[in-house]
Order: sequence, then structure tokens, then C-alpha cells
Amino acid sequence: MKLDCKHVWPYISDYIDDTVTPEERLSIEQHLETCEVCSAILDSVHNILVLTADDRVFRLPLGYSERLHERIGVELARVEPSNGDDASSGG
Amino acid sequence: MVQALAQEMEWIARILEGERDLFHALIRPYERAVYMTAISILRDSAEAEDAAQEALIKAYRALASFRGDAKFSTWLTSITINEARSRLRKAGRVRLESLDSSGQDTGQPEDYTPFLIADWREIPSEALERDELARQIERAIENLPPTYREVFLLRDKEEMSIEEIAQAVGVKANLVKVRLFRARMLLQKQLTPYLKREVPQRRGWFSRMAGRMGGRP
Repeated sequence: MKLDCKHVWPYISDYIDDTVTPEERLSIEQHLETCEVCSAILDSVHNILVLTADDRVFRLPLGYSERLHERIGVELARVEPSNGDDASSGG
Repeated sequence: MVQALAQEMEWIARILEGERDLFHALIRPYERAVYMTAISILRDSAEAEDAAQEALIKAYRALASFRGDAKFSTWLTSITINEARSRLRKAGRVRLESLDSSGQDTGQPEDYTPFLIADWREIPSEALERDELARQIERAIENLPPTYREVFLLRDKEEMSIEEIAQAVGVKANLVKVRLFRARMLLQKQLTPYLKREVPQRRGWFSRMAGRMGGRP
């Protein structure tokens, strides 16, 4: 199976997630070896994903964890976890 | 760090028997993911924080209904998605998402054509020290269509598996993959020109400087 650029693009996402078949992987890699454009596209997508995963992108609000556990603490003191029946929660 | 399901089931049993304070430890590994899930839908940090708190309180109240069929994280994610979506509905902010809910490819193929480049020099994570770069990436993600944004953040921020996302969002795995592919391509198209232009790359320094000097009187 020989692929041209347009046919490689739809596989880039699956290729990154490693959800392509071994045969698809081989065809994609053969194409990437000779195609600078598709290699650069793959690199740029991959790079964007690495940057997205960084903690500096969508930082947690300052004090998030403290406020969360404080509120949960109040709830724990007040309410027993029920068996799906919310009547004891008092709203 | 994620605890093993067996440990979580044991803690849940103890919480239900009265050791309520263990709930803090139970949810601690997931509090970040719960916030990210909420913001992927609500896009506003204050509202996402509120939804995250509410979702975890609902999870506590319904703890006995968790049977361990799915991972605990998937269960929490799905409670959070419901909480965030119901807030959108209440605020009247919901447009019915028909974009790809049928699973058919209704988008224009050219929308998902990548930005073509001849070479790519890796942008190192240190570049995120520049706040502007991180904000630009956030903006691009926020501007994705809602169903794409949700799946993208669960996968590429929270590193959930395709199957877990399918379970939590309530769609088929193939649809998760389609949305993910589109989200990634839209981001590549939008961010690549910006990153190439804005992030200093050592190798190009000389030609840029030369160009700038040449432009001066």
C-alpha cells in the first residue's frame, strides 16, 4: 500500500495514539521517510500535544485544592454518603 | 498518581462504613482531572472550579452506587461532564450539538487539512515560561467546537484512553477518534503559523537579525 500526502494526514492522529494497524504503520513510515512536509506536520502536531500537556497550559486556579477540600470537609461532616437515596442529604 | 482500583474499592467500603475523611485521599489524585473536564465544557475558570466542587460532592453522596465496573476516574469524569453540561443548559448557553453527533463526516474536508510546512523545529517546553505562548495555546483550544474540545482535553491533557473517554462522554470509540483527529488538525492549522513566527528558534537567529538590521535606515 503506497500512500500520498493527503492520504497520510487522516492517519496522523491515530499514528500518534498508536491505534493504526501494523500494515498502516509501515505505509505511513515509508511515506514519512521520503516526505519532509508530512514529517514536519507530524512533528508540529506532536509538539503541540507536548506543550498542551504541560502544567503551565490551563493552570489550576490558585488555592483550588485548598478550597475544594475545605468544601468537601464541610460536606463530610454534614452528610453520610447514601445508597443512591439523596433524602438524607438535606439538599 | 493513580491508585489501583482494588485499593479504591477498599477505601470506598471504609468510607461507607463511616471513615468519611478517607474521601479526601480517595479523590486527591483526580482533582486536577475533574477541573480540566469542567473547564473543557465551561471555559470559565471560576465556573469550572465551582462545577468541580459540586461534581465531587455529588460523587460523595452517590458513592455507594459506584460498583467498580468502570475505573473510578471514568466514573468521576462522567459525573463532572453531567454537572458541567447541566450548568450550560441552565445558563441557556447550550447550542444543540449536531455537528458530528450522528457520527457522520459532515465537516468540510479542507477544514482538517494541516498547515503545510517544510520543516519543524521543536518548540521546547521552556518556551512556556513566556505566558503569552501558554495563553495562545489555551485560546486556540477554547475556540475548538465544544465536542472536539472536550475529547481533546480528556485525551491530550488528562491522558485518558480512547475507551475511557468513550465511556465517560457516552459515545462510540470511533467518534472519539474522529473528534480527536479534527481537534488536533484544527489546532495544528491554527497554532503552527503562530509558533513558527513567535517562538525564537536559535538556528534562524542570524537571518532574522540580518533582516531587521537591513530594514533600518
